[in-house]
Amino acid sequence: MAAVRVEAVLAAAEEQEAEKRRSITVEKELELEFDLGNLLALDRNPPSAAPLRGAGPRREALLRALARDNTQLLVNRLWELPAERAGGAGGPLVARLPEPAFRLPREKPPPRPRPPTRWEQFARLKGIRRRKKTSLVWDEQAKEWRRRWGYRRAGGDPARAWLAEVPAGADPEEDQFARLRREKRERVARNELNRLRNLARAHRDGSAVPAAPLHPTGHQDREELRRVARVARVSTASLGRFQPRLPKEPAEPPSRSGGKKRRFEPLLGNLAAERSRQLELLRDIGSKKPVLDITRAVNKQLRQEEAEAAAAHKGKKQSQRGKRGRRQQRPGRSGKKSGARRQQQQKSAGG
Amino acid sequence: MRPLTEAETRAVFEKLGKYIGENIQLLVDRPDGTYCFRLHRDRVYYLSEKLLKLAASVPRDSLVSPGTCFGKFTKSQKFRLSVTALDFLAPYAKYKVWVKPGSEQSFLYGNHVLKSGLGRITENTAQYQGVVVYSMADVPLGFGVAAKSTQECRKVDPLAIVVFHQADVGEYVRNEDTLT
Repeated sequence: MAAVRVEAVLAAAEEQEAEKRRSITVEKELELEFDLGNLLALDRNPPSAAPLRGAGPRREALLRALARDNTQLLVNRLWELPAERAGGAGGPLVARLPEPAFRLPREKPPPRPRPPTRWEQFARLKGIRRRKKTSLVWDEQAKEWRRRWGYRRAGGDPARAWLAEVPAGADPEEDQFARLRREKRERVARNELNRLRNLARAHRDGSAVPAAPLHPTGHQDREELRRVARVARVSTASLGRFQPRLPKEPAEPPSRSGGKKRRFEPLLGNLAAERSRQLELLRDIGSKKPVLDITRAVNKQLRQEEAEAAAAHKGKKQSQRGKRGRRQQRPGRSGKKSGARRQQQQKSAGG
Repeated sequence: MRPLTEAETRAVFEKLGKYIGENIQLLVDRPDGTYCFRLHRDRVYYLSEKLLKLAASVPRDSLVSPGTCFGKFTKSQKFRLSVTALDFLAPYAKYKVWVKPGSEQSFLYGNHVLKSGLGRITENTAQYQGVVVYSMADVPLGFGVAAKSTQECRKVDPLAIVVFHQADVGEYVRNEDTLT
């Protein structure tokens, strides 16, 4: 009795082991299509229809077996890829996936086009087309090509215009310069109003237009641009943490309170903690200094050169005794006149 | 008055380190009491904990100078060491320059030290290394930056500048109004 039971148990155990070590080869009628870049395997084999019809444990078993077989085939393919050890000798084995071939569909719907502005509608109605303007204009007075607007524009500096004619039907007492200034201000304000209206219309109609434009227009002030630059920097996957700074941007990142009050440590906080932090900082600074002291090496080299030069000079001197040696030495030594002059200069500099 | 931020502390320590090297630890971690650095109106002060507690009760507008002023932060956030730190730099200085009696006065008036006025200089001084200037009687006169390394100092002509002047004790008289 006991022997039979033991045999049964052993047989069951062997069966379990065999199941675990099932063969890694899978037989399929049609070969699977693989896109290893996306870890994708496409099975075009028609499944057997009968078991799939009714819901039940047979269906589950069939589906599970199908999934297991296809995954086995995919993993077999992955093992064939070129692999390397990440992170040096003892790191994990990492396969190098090829470029994905399958184009994944969009996550969000594509952005709708922006609705046309009032001017664009009018232009379409009238058939007005955009004419490309040249960037430079010939200035007859200055006899050279000047830009159309901006610094040194053609037509002279508007700020230096010293004459403003009184137009035919205008009040002679009116200040023409003030009128020009006022009209310019009104034009700018109207332009700005229309721009904002277009923007609001686009935003209302639901196209993907940001409420504050992220591209630089001519009419943004410094604060707005700074805000926009901050938004742009933070719009990365790591929320701007590893974004390199622009050339003139300040080094210290702005606080998380968004540009409001700066927060400092309390005046009489934990002094021991402060001291330990400072010591750590000192250690950090100390460790950053390079081990090879370049200046010491240079000095050593200089000392060597000096010693060599001195030895060579001594050898030369001994061979060049006599008239020749004396004649060569004289221009080098300081004469009485130049020495006195130098002393005078020193005294005047010191006093 | 407030404690220094991380960046400010780093700037101060790097500047001090140019003159006293790793001896800054002796300033930060003292056996005879807790001393700390505090910032008041862009100037960095070094004061003991006892003095800090006293100074904390003085209104900001009335507070002139808590402790010893080491230097100040300029408008572009660079740290500039002032002569009032000399008492703390002199005992821990790594590279020293001794000036002859004849050109002591010249240095105290704010001029650079010329080779002709150079008495002694520490061996292995690198170029542009921070140095403390002493008189021949070992009295600290101020500090500066070595214009030439020790090796070059030997070879250069007598009117060349060997130490750029940065601060001297004569400033106590000249800049009496602005020193704190």
